[in-house]
Amino acid sequence: MNFQLTKEQEFVRKMVREFATNEVEPIAADIDKEHRFPEENVKKMAELGFFGIPFPKEYGGAGGDNLSYAITVEELSRQCGSTGVIVSAHTSLCCWPIFGWGTEEQKQKYLPDLLSGRKLGAFGLTEPNAGTDSKGQQTRAEDKGDHWLINGSKIFITNGGYAETFVVIAVTDKTKGNKGISAFIVEKDFEGFSVGKIEDKMGICASSTAELVFQNMKVPKENLLGGLGDGFKVAMSTLDGGRIGIGVQALGIAQGAFDVTVDYMKARKQFGKRLADMDALRFEMAALATKIEASRLLLYQAASLKDAHLPYGKQSAMAKYFASETAMEVTTKAVQFHGGYGYTRDYPVERMMRDAKITEIYEGTTEAQKLVISGAVFGK
Amino acid sequence: MALKIIVCAKQVPDTNEIKIDPIKKTLIREGVPSILNHDDANALEEALKIKDKWPDTHITVVTMGPPQAKDMLIECLAMGADEGVLASDRALGGSDTWATSNAIGAAIKKVGDFDILFAGRQAIDGDTAQVGPQLAEKLGIPQVTYVQEFEIADNKTDITVKRALEDGYELIKIKTPCMLTAIKELNTPRYMSISGIFDAVKKDIPTFNAEFLGVDVDHEVGLEASPTNVFRSFTPAPKGKGEMLEGDTEKEQVDKLLVGLKTKHVI
Repeated sequence: MNFQLTKEQEFVRKMVREFATNEVEPIAADIDKEHRFPEENVKKMAELGFFGIPFPKEYGGAGGDNLSYAITVEELSRQCGSTGVIVSAHTSLCCWPIFGWGTEEQKQKYLPDLLSGRKLGAFGLTEPNAGTDSKGQQTRAEDKGDHWLINGSKIFITNGGYAETFVVIAVTDKTKGNKGISAFIVEKDFEGFSVGKIEDKMGICASSTAELVFQNMKVPKENLLGGLGDGFKVAMSTLDGGRIGIGVQALGIAQGAFDVTVDYMKARKQFGKRLADMDALRFEMAALATKIEASRLLLYQAASLKDAHLPYGKQSAMAKYFASETAMEVTTKAVQFHGGYGYTRDYPVERMMRDAKITEIYEGTTEAQKLVISGAVFGK
Repeated sequence: MALKIIVCAKQVPDTNEIKIDPIKKTLIREGVPSILNHDDANALEEALKIKDKWPDTHITVVTMGPPQAKDMLIECLAMGADEGVLASDRALGGSDTWATSNAIGAAIKKVGDFDILFAGRQAIDGDTAQVGPQLAEKLGIPQVTYVQEFEIADNKTDITVKRALEDGYELIKIKTPCMLTAIKELNTPRYMSISGIFDAVKKDIPTFNAEFLGVDVDHEVGLEASPTNVFRSFTPAPKGKGEMLEGDTEKEQVDKLLVGLKTKHVI
């Protein structure tokens, strides 16, 4: 077992950290306040290759690995959780299923634009009555001979308002349960596609969370992703990887909040000494540092298993569950240790606390992760 | 005609808290994070801008340093340079600027012909600003230092640069081949690209040792051959605040200056 990062991974961390410090941090508070999608940084990240990291060069990717991708989302999220999830949702939830399940024609057609960041991707699974319970899908896809006709809607779709390519899950045969669900590649310019309500959220305010509406949307036959009835498998395998993306977002938020708190504790004096010199607080910080490092090891392990093409579903569930709870704990304590200042928008920790909460919810709630883990423990 | 550009770069410690070897009086580099020298990043960026315009431009980055200086070359490659060359040998250790320019000059000759030789103005560790100009002298090419603006004509030969002075600038026309030293005002260096990182790490970076460079290890390179010695390194005491002399006429200002100098017993 070797816990050392490769040279490539070290350089990726150095480069993304520089980018996040120079380009992301200066606008993070503003885009949160204004609920503004950071188009300028998305463009810069596209030019630098952030949107196709763990994919081969032949499709326009960077030819990198999943751990490098994980490090990228972590480093972005240290400064801004919204920016982290833009890359995470695009990579894990749209590019990955097309790369993993797509035909050669589909890969050739869609991946170059996605991996270069010319187009942003998103994933449509969740519906008002079907989140973790994906069998409750109500979006229907009917076979019309020369095309599919899709009707329904999806909610809480990350990148929804800005994406141009979507992987959408819909029911193709409601009598077959999970085997009656299929996946489709959808373009925003398809007739009958529209973006509905944009959510007003507690955190990750600069990420675009949208409703997708399909009204008699015509989808070409060749845009079925995977086989007919494979939709559940496409969705579940996508979420296995997606959990790593959200886990490292949580890790980055936790690390960011921790780092600014360390700086604050070194500078802030009360009762004649620095907060950093008070054992009660030091010990709490020691516990948090340990949990952050444990999250990192779980996440990097899951990413490394994925890179080695080994099963990683259980590990990614454990990693996401632990990292997101750690993020919530670290950011809550970060606000606490900042005192009244931490509750104001003059300091970034309240934003980090709001951003952290969603990591316990999306791409599988903590409860859903425990479902996966307990299934691995006891058998399904 | 494809342009050939050589960029001289140096890996430097990323801190002001550097320790100094009490005997050699040179910097102790172990344990201090190393970075691409800032002005050298500007030099590379200008070369990369030329390559953006004419993609067949070939950029080779040359450095001298310990084996770990390869990491800095990887960074340069990941930013977009085509090749990196490391001059590295124990015999080169402790070189002053004269000996360094001998070694780098020899490495450049091994790399081959070039049209433009870019260097940073100076390195943040030694702060001498001498290696670039010495290279130009030893290679027998014209030089312009402190370049803050650069323009090359479509004939790829005629270059116009703005050279920064303390209180203004000079506009200078120069032809290739030439040596230019960059200052931070010249541009903003780009980031490494992610796919560039994966390519760069795989790339072969040749190491030129003293024998391959063909330098005389007793008289041309290394500590012993260096004509200058560092006697002491220290942080200079900050200069006192200057005093502006008010006065409606020059005569009045000069009078005040004379009074001031006399009261301080300078004259």
